[in-house]
Amino acid sequence: MSPVDGPGAFNPELPVDPAVREGRVPGRAEEEIPELHEVDCPPELQERIETLMGRYPDRRSASIPALWAVQDRYGWCTPEGIRQAAAVMRVTPAYLESVASFYDLLHTKPVGTHRIEVCTNISCWMRGGDRLLDAFEAAAAGDVESFYVTGFECLGACDIAPMASIDQRYYGPLEAAEAGVAIEQLRAGDDVLPEKALANRPLAGDTEPPTGRKYPYMEGNRPVDQERGGSDG
Amino acid sequence: MADPREKRVLLEHAEDRSLRTLDGYRRLAGGYETLERAYKEMEQDEVLKELEDSGLRGRGGAGFAMGKKASFLPRGDMPKYLCCNADESEPGAFKDRELMQRNPHQLIEGIAIAALAADAGHAFIFIRGEYDEQADILDAAVAEAYEAGYLGTNILGCHRDLELVVHRGAGAYICGEETALLDALEGKRGNPRLKPPFPAVQGLYGGPTLINNVETLSNVPHIVRHGAEWFKGFGTEQSPGTKVVSISGGVKRPGNYEVELGIPTRELICELAGGPEDGHEIKAFFPGGSSSPVLKAEEGLDLPYSFEAMGEAGSMLGSGSIIVCDDRVSIPHLALRTARFYHHESCGKCVPCREGTNWTVKMLERMVRGEATPMDLDVVSSVQQNIIGHCLCVLGDSMAMPVGAMVRKFREEFEQVMEDPELVLDPHAVVRGAPETLGAST
Repeated sequence: MSPVDGPGAFNPELPVDPAVREGRVPGRAEEEIPELHEVDCPPELQERIETLMGRYPDRRSASIPALWAVQDRYGWCTPEGIRQAAAVMRVTPAYLESVASFYDLLHTKPVGTHRIEVCTNISCWMRGGDRLLDAFEAAAAGDVESFYVTGFECLGACDIAPMASIDQRYYGPLEAAEAGVAIEQLRAGDDVLPEKALANRPLAGDTEPPTGRKYPYMEGNRPVDQERGGSDG
Repeated sequence: MADPREKRVLLEHAEDRSLRTLDGYRRLAGGYETLERAYKEMEQDEVLKELEDSGLRGRGGAGFAMGKKASFLPRGDMPKYLCCNADESEPGAFKDRELMQRNPHQLIEGIAIAALAADAGHAFIFIRGEYDEQADILDAAVAEAYEAGYLGTNILGCHRDLELVVHRGAGAYICGEETALLDALEGKRGNPRLKPPFPAVQGLYGGPTLINNVETLSNVPHIVRHGAEWFKGFGTEQSPGTKVVSISGGVKRPGNYEVELGIPTRELICELAGGPEDGHEIKAFFPGGSSSPVLKAEEGLDLPYSFEAMGEAGSMLGSGSIIVCDDRVSIPHLALRTARFYHHESCGKCVPCREGTNWTVKMLERMVRGEATPMDLDVVSSVQQNIIGHCLCVLGDSMAMPVGAMVRKFREEFEQVMEDPELVLDPHAVVRGAPETLGAST
């Protein structure tokens, strides 16, 4: 779900490159760096961040992976989690906060357990991404503890437009009605829309011409939507 | 079976799921044979020369010659780095996702050989955080490659080392810009840097750094294996090789198709991708992702799909991502979507981009609400002119070029929407919508 400790391997021997320009070094105000004993960092989180730091010539490169680890542990980048990571990494919490707030996938506010990002960029918009987002929002309404639904800029899956990323896995092309199905499956702990998972999709050029249900959004040569005739408009 | 109009090199055997394992890659594609030959028999300069001779142009967007870029790296004992740019975030582009998902070892082999050419000892794959599934696949493949001795220390007993780390981003389009990528990889906010110095001279951690796109690096094993002449046998003189083209939007069969560069654009869109849906026509298309100026169907469809032809037509091939807009798409709304994306993704470092994207969005919103005057169209155009070339990176330009082109080429449509916003095409669900919903959006 987030950076695993790949085989880049822990290597404490890797030198910190001296060519890093002084002016760009973050976290120079040493007095602001919390001490490890002040933050009560869970040992497994500390170990994970230390492993991540060992993968890079410069430990600060691990800031995004470390924030992923914090998010994994606490569900979002909590202020305490950021302080813990900062203590392990020897940078200021403010520095890690500046990084966390820059990136869309790192949450500096509490979010629901299941994260659903619906693409609303050009290709998905053309194929009904806005309606899909509305459908997900409606289906998940009232349960902010479990679901975090948001529109998202291009997720890089225009071939399965309109699509959504559900807990970091891609699904598409989705009908608006499938939003409710997906939400129910998430609630029940089932596999989400297995037939719509990107992982199960063949290469575009390998599929048969659009007959039958090879293309889930096409019936013969007609988009499936035409049958419903704007019933969801 | 693949369509005969496709020419699969990078996507060969990609339909076979076992290709993503080391065994499958060895069995199906002769995997890592080229790496072995390069490491055991070839000198740095030989590899470099092969890459330069091939004329391989970067597949990430700029189309700069890859071999030339690698040759810019200074020689010497300082630590050098190789970064694979897998932060594919351009609307319309999804080719790298396919390449990493289906054939991760091809990329790893390409990185290892390119690292030899650049004399880099440490390589990174910077993959966007959204591609979690693909990053997992890469992690597994990298582990296999380490296990087999293709990565790590003393590779194949040739006294060369290469560490490869898969680094996940966390969702920022700007990190696809090479210097912003370096900042993000150094653990900072992804802000672009002033160039020069170019990354080849002073990049990651201040060291010489070669940055290439996934598709570019995936080409490397094939070039070194078969030679530059073989590679030049595909495509056109100035755009050699094959290209994985992502086609999306208003076509019947959106997806990735690998073709020789120079293929007629009409064949790509209307035959391979199935053309527009029945009863509809292509109105315009982006030939190279959302940052390329749109081409009207009549000016673009009959051009060959190559770097030079798209450049001559006033657009660009970019990352090779075609977004097709059929006659149901409202261009002013399309411009607004495009502008909103760049506004959201602007990192805020340079004023023309930060303010320009913001004001463009506000003006376009006014237009589609019917609150604008014709003079606003000229203001929008002038704002675009004031962004282009005035920032550290090309993010602002990437909005200015397509939006400027849309205003220029579809001015009547903008004037129409300003006059009566109720009359325009449905701003939502434009392609898939049933005919009844295509009128006024009420």
